[in-house]
Amino acid sequence: MALELLALVKHDCPVCDQVLPALDAARAGGAPLRILSQSDPGDTARQAERLGLGEVPTVDQELRESARLDPGAVPALVLLVDGHERGRVEGLDRDALGELARGAGAELVLDGLPAHRPGCASRTRDPEVAAVLAARAARAAGRLRSRTLLVGSLEDPFEALHERGLTDGLPVVPPTPERVVAMLEHTSRGPQELVGVMPPYDGGATVEKVAVNAVMAGCPGPTLPFVLAAVQAACRPEFALHGLVATTHPAGPTVIASGPLADAAGFNAAGNCLGQGNRANLTVGRALQLVVRNVGGGRPGAEDRAAHGQPGKVGSCFAELIDGAPWPSLARAHGLAATETGVLVMATEAPRLVVDQLAREPEALCVSLAEALEAVAHPRLRLAFDALLVVGPEHGRVFGRAGWGREQLQAELFAASHSPAGELVRGAAGGAEGLEARWVTDPAMPVAKFAGPERIQIAYAGGDAGLFSMVFGSWAAGEIGSAPVFASVEPWR
Amino acid sequence: MALSAPTLTLPEGLELLDPTGERSVAERQLAPRLALGVPARIALLDIRKPRGDVFLDQLQRELAARGHSTVREQKPTFTKPAPDDLRAEIAERCDAVIEALAD
Repeated sequence: MALELLALVKHDCPVCDQVLPALDAARAGGAPLRILSQSDPGDTARQAERLGLGEVPTVDQELRESARLDPGAVPALVLLVDGHERGRVEGLDRDALGELARGAGAELVLDGLPAHRPGCASRTRDPEVAAVLAARAARAAGRLRSRTLLVGSLEDPFEALHERGLTDGLPVVPPTPERVVAMLEHTSRGPQELVGVMPPYDGGATVEKVAVNAVMAGCPGPTLPFVLAAVQAACRPEFALHGLVATTHPAGPTVIASGPLADAAGFNAAGNCLGQGNRANLTVGRALQLVVRNVGGGRPGAEDRAAHGQPGKVGSCFAELIDGAPWPSLARAHGLAATETGVLVMATEAPRLVVDQLAREPEALCVSLAEALEAVAHPRLRLAFDALLVVGPEHGRVFGRAGWGREQLQAELFAASHSPAGELVRGAAGGAEGLEARWVTDPAMPVAKFAGPERIQIAYAGGDAGLFSMVFGSWAAGEIGSAPVFASVEPWR
Repeated sequence: MALSAPTLTLPEGLELLDPTGERSVAERQLAPRLALGVPARIALLDIRKPRGDVFLDQLQRELAARGHSTVREQKPTFTKPAPDDLRAEIAERCDAVIEALAD
């Protein structure tokens, strides 16, 4: 049975200064004691000289023993039996230190020192050191498996990442192992778990790869579960991401965060929720698009053939307002409990405004919204596109007062967005686009804009002043294209 | 990274994690070219975009005039890759495929 005492100290700790002479004397007297310093060799030597120690403590190279034993404070004295820890004292506790030393047959003379004095924080607890050690531990344990990109000391990391084709054109946060390990703290899922297979080249979007891209996008840690859920949703076959990347249409994925966790994670569902100024909104949609680019391999101008694209392709994300909502949230509509949160991912164009400052009755407001909805893609193109209607609070109040729920509003909008076939047929008013003439037997026959009421997605969000709503048109919708996909955030927390 | 941790050996420069899927790109060889002047069976795959049929009708006439036989096929929707079954069937039945774009 091998008994050993291991002492961890550092040079800038007054309590270490108090205890070190006793440790040094015990070691000189033959105690099985190793004294390891967390400081660099120069500081360690100067401390030894200042205290008049007989021997300079050994430097704990790479902080290996410190990381293994991970004391909260130094001085720390650890009793090891055959290499296994059997006891420890952190800080100055005169009686406990003496007793622990006696466990290894050593005598520590601590006369004249205070009975109790808390130690100083171990170097391993310095945030920057802790991050480096955590990253190394994650790599050693196989939690981090990504290839290392080494950016030279003379290279600017922001430029280097752009030159390597890894950005969306905006600067990204360099994904250091330390940042990625810190990001991974925000999910209970293992880093190597597969979130989805990402088109167009079927890249494996593991939790680790999603976290790397979330770091690059600038995501706050608490939003990682939302990014994971959004990636999971976007990889579903019914979302048809392969086609969404490859299309000439401007659509990209829009992420709607719905449920109580959205507020806690810092999303904005209120004023300017589709605009700038909120980190969670701006980075979560961006993280999804970076995963599409980096893991899936969908790059603008190459796989992504968009004729124009639109600003939301950098990232499009907002949250739903819960408080004061005229109907249960999208998360509730998708079967989640009120305490749970989810994301709806939908292939959309950029949003546009619908103004109606006069309607005070739901039927009248419905007319305005339906007219705006009919304009999605082209008024004469029918049944091929869905829409996402973001009802602002001042419009929502009109529906809420009248007791209209989500389903009623969908049904009324669906009914109001029919137009006579004669106005939609090719050649009407000299326009070439429209319904094929062979489908139009009766010019008065009403033709639906949407394939069904449920194809008008409704979210409630926006600032509390302004009689406005917003309409996002979809990409080619439903079975012939992309269907909105809902995913619960809960499994990714 | 400027770390004041001299007991830690830090890499020269900045260590970053690769954000890509780290796929190794498979080298794909072109299929053997068809011999000139030898009649072939050619699939004409309509991706289901407007007016793709106009383009394929013209191609079909041109190919027939050169002694080739053609098979008309369609993807279920232009928004998604052709199903595996359809690809396998074309590969089995035909010597070559022409996929129509449109718009």
